[in-house]
Amino acid sequence: MTVNQISIFIENKSGTLVKVLKFLKDEGIQLIASTIADTAEYGIFRIICSEPERAYQSLKAAGVAVSLCEVFAIQLDDIPGRAADAIELFASEGISIAYLYSFLLNGNGVLIFRTDNADKAREVIEKNNLKVIPEKDLSLLL
Amino acid sequence: MSEYFNPEFETLTRSEIEALQLERLKATVAHCYSGSEFYHKRLDSIGLKPEDIRTLEDLKKIPFTTKQDLRDTYPFGIASVPLSKCTRLHSSSGTTGNPTVILHTQKDLEQWANAVARCLWMVGCRPDDVFQNTSGYGMFTGGLGFQYGAEKLGMLTVPAAAGNTLRQLKFFTDFGTTVVHAIPSYAARLYEVMCERGIDPRKDTRLRTLVIGAEPHSEDTRKRIENMLGVKAYNSFGMSEMMGPGVAFECKEQNGMHIWEDYFIVEIVDPDTLEPVPEGEIGELVLTTINREAMPLLRYRTRDLTRIIPGECPCGRHHLRLDRMKGRSDDMIILKGVNIFPIQIETILMQFKELASDYLITLETLEDNDAMTVEVELSDMFIDDYSALQRLEKEITRQLRDEILITPRVRLVPKGSLPKSEGKAVRVKDLRKQYQ
Repeated sequence: MTVNQISIFIENKSGTLVKVLKFLKDEGIQLIASTIADTAEYGIFRIICSEPERAYQSLKAAGVAVSLCEVFAIQLDDIPGRAADAIELFASEGISIAYLYSFLLNGNGVLIFRTDNADKAREVIEKNNLKVIPEKDLSLLL
Repeated sequence: MSEYFNPEFETLTRSEIEALQLERLKATVAHCYSGSEFYHKRLDSIGLKPEDIRTLEDLKKIPFTTKQDLRDTYPFGIASVPLSKCTRLHSSSGTTGNPTVILHTQKDLEQWANAVARCLWMVGCRPDDVFQNTSGYGMFTGGLGFQYGAEKLGMLTVPAAAGNTLRQLKFFTDFGTTVVHAIPSYAARLYEVMCERGIDPRKDTRLRTLVIGAEPHSEDTRKRIENMLGVKAYNSFGMSEMMGPGVAFECKEQNGMHIWEDYFIVEIVDPDTLEPVPEGEIGELVLTTINREAMPLLRYRTRDLTRIIPGECPCGRHHLRLDRMKGRSDDMIILKGVNIFPIQIETILMQFKELASDYLITLETLEDNDAMTVEVELSDMFIDDYSALQRLEKEITRQLRDEILITPRVRLVPKGSLPKSEGKAVRVKDLRKQYQ
């Protein structure tokens, strides 16, 4: 029900992001989706990519501050308002979204997000038959 | 009125100073030998008897006393009189090791007050002045040390203590303060708030003399503060081991701090070889107290680097002049008048499992304020959560503040971005102006 996300701690100064991206390039890892927020001192670069396990291990071996975690990925029909509907399901159960980003897959939106209560989120997804993306599908896209 | 507070001591010639020093040194060594278990053992260990001290040169036979000795004998082990004869205790913080304790008899306190009064008189303070002390009181010797000295001189003395800038300014205007004791960065802060409140120090206050010290500062900083406040600012040197403020002070020439040689014997040594450096060269200041009862210290290594300014001072005093402190021979940091050892910071950082072992302390002058930034690497246990990282930063800051009494700016950085600790890692980068 979840996909692997890699989070990389990077300093907020010029040249640090490109260093990480070049490393992934050299490793032959392809990005599918990514997000980074702006803060004064540092940022967390979060990515969904091909071969997340291998990407994680090689980053770690290179001494990068990195973590691997599971996030939800649900696919939405290409109809206006679907994101609102989906998030409302979680909100009505008192589940908070810690962060969220999205990308398009075959013309349909995919929401990647983390909640403050994974077990409860799982129940909501099952009960409402939300369409989750299994990880293998993500890699097949490439 | 005389230019001197203690003319009989202040105007001694070199040979008179040395004769007095020899007499007092002999008495001090005899007193330590009979009264202090620590010094008795130490002199016995090298087979030295008090009567072996016949000339000032003989002082060099006595081993150095270090801060570690004070820690090892905590709390009362170095004293040369029974505790029942002591009337005051000052202590350094030192949460990471034993603190150091300095004891005073009533006579010591009187002599201390006299030294401070002598210094203040030298820079032009007179009984009709109003003296406001912005030092912290309590264990910090800058509070009570200046208080008793200013009172001894006969000034109306306002123990305003640290902080509460608006109240300080109200005292200036309401009480007609003419002399202020402040660390340089606080003097700049006072001016800043005056500007905000539309107070012109030249028109709206009677300020004319500023006594600064405790915090290293450059000549430029002094000039800027003098211009801001329309005062003369005099540098001073003191340390709690030697009693506190009043050890050395600038005269009106503002060219070096006269160290009172009827209280102290001065040596400047190479911190590595511990041999004397040639006159006028920079080395570590070593002081022997020769006017103290409770806790004389023989050849105490201050760890402060300075030099003797050669030549005569036009003010008529022959007491040696110390140059502005040039740094430290150990890794102690002096920031805003607070003494900090990097090990204190390291001890705190290493308690966080989220952090790796590399860190860098940067000291810099921002505007007129000295500030500390602590950069520390995250360990492998990286948490993918902005609010957790912010909480971590806040918690590190809070614990550091509790330990070092100053709020540093804490920056989390990725692993591998700081200089590696190969051999002696660079842990402290001092970009402040005063050492340049």
